[in-house]
Amino acid sequence: MEGDIAQMGQFIGAGLAAIGSGAAAIGVGHVAGNFLAGALRNPSAAAGQTATLFIGIAFAEALGIFSFLVALLLMFAV
Amino acid sequence: MGKIFFYAVLALVVVSGLIFAPEHAGLAIHPMDQFVVQPLFGDGHIAWYTPTNATLWMGLAILATVALMVMGSSRRSIVPGRAQSVAELAYGFVYKMVEDVAGKDAVKFFPYIMTLFMFIVMANVLGLLPTSFATTSHIAVTAVLALLVFVTVTVVGFVKNGAAFLGLFWVSSAPLPLRPILALIEVISYFVRPVSHSIRLAGNIMAGHAVLKVFAGFAAIAVVSPLSVVAITAMYGLEVLVAFIQAYVFTILTCVYLKDALHPSH
Repeated sequence: MEGDIAQMGQFIGAGLAAIGSGAAAIGVGHVAGNFLAGALRNPSAAAGQTATLFIGIAFAEALGIFSFLVALLLMFAV
Repeated sequence: MGKIFFYAVLALVVVSGLIFAPEHAGLAIHPMDQFVVQPLFGDGHIAWYTPTNATLWMGLAILATVALMVMGSSRRSIVPGRAQSVAELAYGFVYKMVEDVAGKDAVKFFPYIMTLFMFIVMANVLGLLPTSFATTSHIAVTAVLALLVFVTVTVVGFVKNGAAFLGLFWVSSAPLPLRPILALIEVISYFVRPVSHSIRLAGNIMAGHAVLKVFAGFAAIAVVSPLSVVAITAMYGLEVLVAFIQAYVFTILTCVYLKDALHPSH
């Protein structure tokens, strides 16, 4: 019985950690959307900023990956 | 000569994918089973010298890189062939990235960054082949790459700037009372770099492969099977993109860290 409750906690925790993936999706969408808005305003300057775009996306995405990692650890490692 | 080498590597990849496939490469497997490191011959315990599937696929990634670059640069015709165009594209791409992001004086680190990029991109793409093993999905592999970058950047920063490298943590443009707090945050973020640098690559590759296997599990149910096959195809296309983008992100972050080391002022 105790093990069941602990396992239930693991599953609930993993599900809660998956919220972080959605938050990261919002962040990545924000970065990409703002880049597109700026790029359409001044297309000639857009090509030089793609590296910055990818760095921004990478930083925003890393936190989503962290939450995914927490979910994986709860499911398989704890 | 170069062509023979290229086909030899291709044959080696196909053969090792067929021979050293995971034992339970059938239907209805656990999504995380594909990441199990197992010895190539027999099933004893794994010592540091045991050749495992991780060893095999890392070696194949290196061989594939060598095959592309050797074959691409062996004939050097004015009108490039296929291999030469790809090799030149890869070289020019990474060279431009180093020059643009890290600055002209970082070009002497170009061989290191090029090696990193080619290894990661080849390991990612080879890991996408069915029955192969994705080496970059293991944090052990990416952590070594990221730690090497971290140590290199720190050593280069101190050798190049001496104690002035610590100016990286002292934000001189901020108001004075804020600076100690910012310094603490900067120090923490500096030491978290190798963690996020390695987990980003490993997590992306691992998540993508796990998702592919989860959808593959749905393919066994007759009602959703067509949908799941379509979903796998779409996800696979996305994973090819991710394999490239994550290698790009890893190298470009290396360049950013290198720029911090060479020009530590804020």
